[in-house]
Amino acid sequence: MTDKNQTLTQALANPTRFMAFSAWLLPIVAVLAAVVLAIAVYMGLNSPVDYQQGHTVKIMYLHVPAAWLAMGVYVAVAISSFGLLVFRHPLADVSAKAAVPLGAAFTFIALVTGSLWGKPMWGAYWVWDARLTSVLLLFFLYLGLMALRSSIEDETEAAKLTAVLALVGVALLPVIKFSVEWWNTLHQPSTRMTSTMHPSFRYPLLVHALGFSLLFLAMHLKAMRNEILRRRVRALEMVAANRPTSDAAVLAPRTEGAS
Amino acid sequence: MTAFLAIVARDIRLAIGRGGGIGTALGFYLIVVSLIPLGLGPDINLLARIAPGVLWVALLLSALLSADGIFAADEADGSLDILSMSALPLEAVTFAKMAAHWLSTALPLVLLTPLLGLLLNLEGAAYPTLLLSMLVGSPAVSAIGAVGAALTLRARKGGQLVALLVLPLYVPTLIFGVTSVEAAQTSPAGAAAPLLILAAISLASSALAPFAAAAALRARS
Amino acid sequence: MFDFGPHAPFIWACYAVVVAVHAALIVWLLQDGRRQARRIADLEARGIRRRSASS
Repeated sequence: MTDKNQTLTQALANPTRFMAFSAWLLPIVAVLAAVVLAIAVYMGLNSPVDYQQGHTVKIMYLHVPAAWLAMGVYVAVAISSFGLLVFRHPLADVSAKAAVPLGAAFTFIALVTGSLWGKPMWGAYWVWDARLTSVLLLFFLYLGLMALRSSIEDETEAAKLTAVLALVGVALLPVIKFSVEWWNTLHQPSTRMTSTMHPSFRYPLLVHALGFSLLFLAMHLKAMRNEILRRRVRALEMVAANRPTSDAAVLAPRTEGAS
Repeated sequence: MTAFLAIVARDIRLAIGRGGGIGTALGFYLIVVSLIPLGLGPDINLLARIAPGVLWVALLLSALLSADGIFAADEADGSLDILSMSALPLEAVTFAKMAAHWLSTALPLVLLTPLLGLLLNLEGAAYPTLLLSMLVGSPAVSAIGAVGAALTLRARKGGQLVALLVLPLYVPTLIFGVTSVEAAQTSPAGAAAPLLILAAISLASSALAPFAAAAALRARS
Repeated sequence: MFDFGPHAPFIWACYAVVVAVHAALIVWLLQDGRRQARRIADLEARGIRRRSASS
């Protein structure tokens, strides 16, 4: 029955098989994430002091991976959306729907840590530098996806519309980033939060990035599992609703004293 | 071709006629621009400095107000279903409606701008570049607005949702529109780069938006 | 080891935000999972099965 030539995404198209596959993969990824993050935090707390930024360079270890993940998750949502619209992959919408709130959370972290980094560095909680502004706009794109999905009744329709929006957003994302960079260099050539990085700072940064990426992967798998269960519940409730009314158990109120 | 032009003509007539969105959009444009001095104080030097940005932002908001109507009226009375079953591909229908919005709403908004520039004491030398940037950018405004309208057609509170979805997508248009005016103030040739990028954005969005809008319309079940 | 200089509150605040947001996400994911599993068990106890479900 299993075709050896199937790609991984094809093999996992069946929700039941995905549940079985993720059941053992999830704990492994979660443990791995915890280990890598523990190492990262240790490296971060012990990292050398930057001659310019002092200890606040530690914030960079939290801010930069969050910003990278904010972007990366959006790309993942776009890829899932493409999978839905073009290939009609059965789990594409599950993947997209699960990823969006996670991506929004990373974007939120990037914004808050960026703001907390900006205050000691530049004296203001928000400095409209290129990266922070791009991340802010990315946050709006995530909010738009969540708002659109929650405002459409029909699940299939919501899936397709959010997929179109995600693809429109990902097409415009490079243009948005480019325009924000352009705008920023015209107005504030001095506040560049990115700087060339000494290797002793680069390695902790990469370890943090790896740890948070693994954490996202674990959360995404769990969120997808929850969404698959949620859809199963809905399917079962449809079956229950269509049952003949002689089934007293279906009609019995679940709570005591319900009218 | 005649079917395409017929849709364009019909939409223009509907927009301009009674109940169409054009009056509201123009009125909104005027009111928003008038709010700025009321909020910031009548210092005409300050107003002159911020005028290009304020006018561009107000233009985008006003266009957004009316974008909702690109598909909504036809969806409500079933004309959209009939149009989507016609021999014309749905992408051509959406393109026709976008073009009609541009002609009937976006362009009039741009034409109202010189008058509003007077309210904000816009620098005389800035007028040509500002108008040129708005003309060049206006197709993008209609195109992206149409995509937003198509996506939110069946959403609860679609009108408000359109703003949340579309305003981030307007940022590049806004940035290059305003920076072209600022660049022209230092040297006329400096405006060339942002204007060309703006033109590219308008062309690309006009070409791609019909497909995105059609995909969104097809998602209706 | 933990003297982080004059801007220490900002650094700790960042760690706190990261921990808080991730903790909230993980709690939500775990609770949601449990809630869905409970509802499925509930429905199956009432004898409702999917057509494709193997007993």
